[in-house]
Amino acid sequence: MLTYLGIESIDELFEDIPEKMRTGGLALPDAMEEREVEERIRALLAENKSFFEMPSFLPILKPHYIPPAVDEIVARQEFYTSYTPYQAEASQGMLQALFEYQSVVAELTGMEVANVSMYDSATALGEAALMAHRITGRKKILVPRAMFWHKRSVLENYARGAALEIIEIDHGEDGLMKLNFSGDDIAAIYIENPNFFGIIDRRYDELSKIKERTGALLIAGIDPLHLALFHPPSHYHADIVIGEGYLGNPMNFGGPLLGIFASKKQYLRQMPGRIIGATVDREGKRAFCMTLQTREQHIRRGKATSNICSNQALCCISFLAYVALLGSGGLRGVALQNMENAHYMAERLKEVGFEMPFDAPFFNEFVVTCPLEGKELNKRLLARGMYGGLPIDRYVAKGMLFGVTEMHTRELMDEAVETMVEVVA
Amino acid sequence: MMASHREPLLNELGKRDGEHPETDVERKKLPLPDLTEREVMKHFIHLSQMNYGIDCGFYPLGSCTMKYNMKLLERVVKNERVVQVHPLQDESTVQGCLHILHHLEQMLCEITGMDAFSLQPCAGAHGEFTGMLMTRAYFEQRGEHRTEVIVPDSAHGTNPASAKMAGFDVVEIPSKDGMVDMDALEHALSEQTAAFMLTNPNTLGIFEKDIQLIARKVREAGALLYYDGANLNAIMGKTSPGVMGFDIVHVNLHKTFGTPHGGGGPGAGPVGVREHLEEFLPVPRVVRQGEGYALDYERPRSIGKMSMFYGNFAVLLRAYAYILRKGNSLQEVSERAVVNANYLMERLRSVGYDVPFYRRRMHEFVLSLASLKKKGVRALDVAKRLLDYGFHPPTIYFPLIVEEAFMVEPTEDESRETLDSFVNAMDTIVHEDENIVRGAPHRMPVKRVNEGQAVRNAILTWKDL
Repeated sequence: MLTYLGIESIDELFEDIPEKMRTGGLALPDAMEEREVEERIRALLAENKSFFEMPSFLPILKPHYIPPAVDEIVARQEFYTSYTPYQAEASQGMLQALFEYQSVVAELTGMEVANVSMYDSATALGEAALMAHRITGRKKILVPRAMFWHKRSVLENYARGAALEIIEIDHGEDGLMKLNFSGDDIAAIYIENPNFFGIIDRRYDELSKIKERTGALLIAGIDPLHLALFHPPSHYHADIVIGEGYLGNPMNFGGPLLGIFASKKQYLRQMPGRIIGATVDREGKRAFCMTLQTREQHIRRGKATSNICSNQALCCISFLAYVALLGSGGLRGVALQNMENAHYMAERLKEVGFEMPFDAPFFNEFVVTCPLEGKELNKRLLARGMYGGLPIDRYVAKGMLFGVTEMHTRELMDEAVETMVEVVA
Repeated sequence: MMASHREPLLNELGKRDGEHPETDVERKKLPLPDLTEREVMKHFIHLSQMNYGIDCGFYPLGSCTMKYNMKLLERVVKNERVVQVHPLQDESTVQGCLHILHHLEQMLCEITGMDAFSLQPCAGAHGEFTGMLMTRAYFEQRGEHRTEVIVPDSAHGTNPASAKMAGFDVVEIPSKDGMVDMDALEHALSEQTAAFMLTNPNTLGIFEKDIQLIARKVREAGALLYYDGANLNAIMGKTSPGVMGFDIVHVNLHKTFGTPHGGGGPGAGPVGVREHLEEFLPVPRVVRQGEGYALDYERPRSIGKMSMFYGNFAVLLRAYAYILRKGNSLQEVSERAVVNANYLMERLRSVGYDVPFYRRRMHEFVLSLASLKKKGVRALDVAKRLLDYGFHPPTIYFPLIVEEAFMVEPTEDESRETLDSFVNAMDTIVHEDENIVRGAPHRMPVKRVNEGQAVRNAILTWKDL
């Protein structure tokens, strides 16, 4: 090939790089064989403890059982190695699957449209706030004082450029964010359901009336599994819905995740991210393609609704495959199991002296106050090969947020409670 | 090559009543299909057969660096000590993850010439946004009010979009001879300028030879120089953004470091900075602590968090495996990528294709198919016709400064035989009857898709059908 190019050395192809700027190689280790890479990484990962080696009750992202068929589906190279489906005719498989994902999210949330992902729930919230600002022309975003601080920090970063004002709203004794706020210039109010304390917010009438009362949009942060049993956010007239699409996606030390983003159709043109549409091919047969691309950065550049380009598309496929494999029956079954296990754990903890600060319905996360500081409890549990929940002293003194799923067997929970009794004593 | 059947939608495969647990739940209807595992597998396998992946053939998408995804990368992430690890576990139980993150940061520093990295951004555009927020924080800290970010007209669309999201006004400057127009840059630079965003080699695949002068002018204006790492695959081991004088860099691990594109994502867009910007990097930082590693949140000047946890860890781990596998031979990756691009460009020129701003290229080049317009054929038509020959088409209509742009990036992984067969297909197409080309594709699962109708009549879920 060099002969064809009429050059003697590859260096000639790099002559445009000024001599002063040439680095002449990299100070990296020598290339490794495949076997060596595997060995090296396995050895490093031996320093980790998986859920099976060290069970925990950590919330927010939780362990769930993922059917092996999900792994098989996303391991198809046609899906996982492909690029964004700009060339529709060569991408019908991915496009149809993503269209199905949008449909499943729409069914679960009760919303009319969904995009094919933001990076995670936190960035989805940031985009939702910006979208509410574009729609209303207003600047204030009301959020619960009690929310995961990581998510709050991401929201602040997304809000910075548009100079949005994030305003915290306190919760009442019931653990629910107070809704009796007033004032003008409110672009949106963000509620979580279940909320940060795990409490199911059933103030459906009150939530439904927010927009009428204040002109602010309602952004609902949801848990997709919870929606298998409880009213979807459309029931209380949410305008934008966001959430963590963990179904079918493992914890993976926190990423990749999947930011669910759904909305009412009237706001379609203000939505961020990619959207797939159904259409026809030149013979009139059904086909799918990316659509409404004039919202996006590759067309609209600085005037796009968002800068997002690469998203979490493959995580959408995992989510879809999981829902397809479980079906409506299986999904309800898992949701019920989560709820039953969480209630069992809460009851057991109450029996041994933990208290529940909120007398409220919950799904698979709940708050207890511990007999000692949560951090100290976890430290002692760790010495016993176990871990509790997430300490949330900033909201509840000695408070700990527990997450329980179908992965927490009775035996595991009983053992954990016994261990807690021992380490507290 | 691809199956030409149609596959019904999931909800059309039959909606049966599954085993609904008898319970008094609030939600009475959950309108999702209940299928067997057998049915679900068939459905998704049929769908996959209607999709073109890298293992199907040549995928020369310009600017996207569609290199082969080593299967090794898929195996290392299956480890239970990744899959079943919670991000909020005690640090002592995630030392393996932290070690990998820390080492990956160091290796990215070596490759890019930066002093510190954050692996938190989930994609290239997310990295740009992070970089722009850091730029903001940097000038706020210095008490300077700078409101503008300059981008060339050949820039990726994400550049202006990210700058805008961080609250900057975008100033676009024209190119000259396919490179930055120095006069235009100097004219645009002012005490209002916060940053100049540039990719080098640029989106035409041309190395910006004046980079030293560019860096000096930007620095003299008191602004920062931002490196869009989309084209890093061209220069590894040859030069680095740090040596060129850039202050902030993002890299696309799903381009340069071989992690799969996933049909659109997840990727990863780590951000690196020179020392003077380190304190603004997102938290937590991965730091050494005694013999081990820790997550450090105590960085008062940090911009805060950009995503829920520490970035797309499973993607970061794949890139780590890729870099370990290649080691210091990453330089050869760039060499082969550049040889392949120049060879393919010369071969295509030899069969009559036009290369505007013709000169040596780095890892990619852009053809103009404007001359085909007189026979009524557009870049879009040629792209669709390539599908019939078993090739994924190049990127079309980008960069915007080339008419009927056809942007080709072969990557290092393709053989000369593959490149030659692509040239043969391109040569055949240019001589084909225009109706055949305009009617393409003919051998795909569907014929030409009517994208206009999808916009006019938005059908976005199966309920809309």
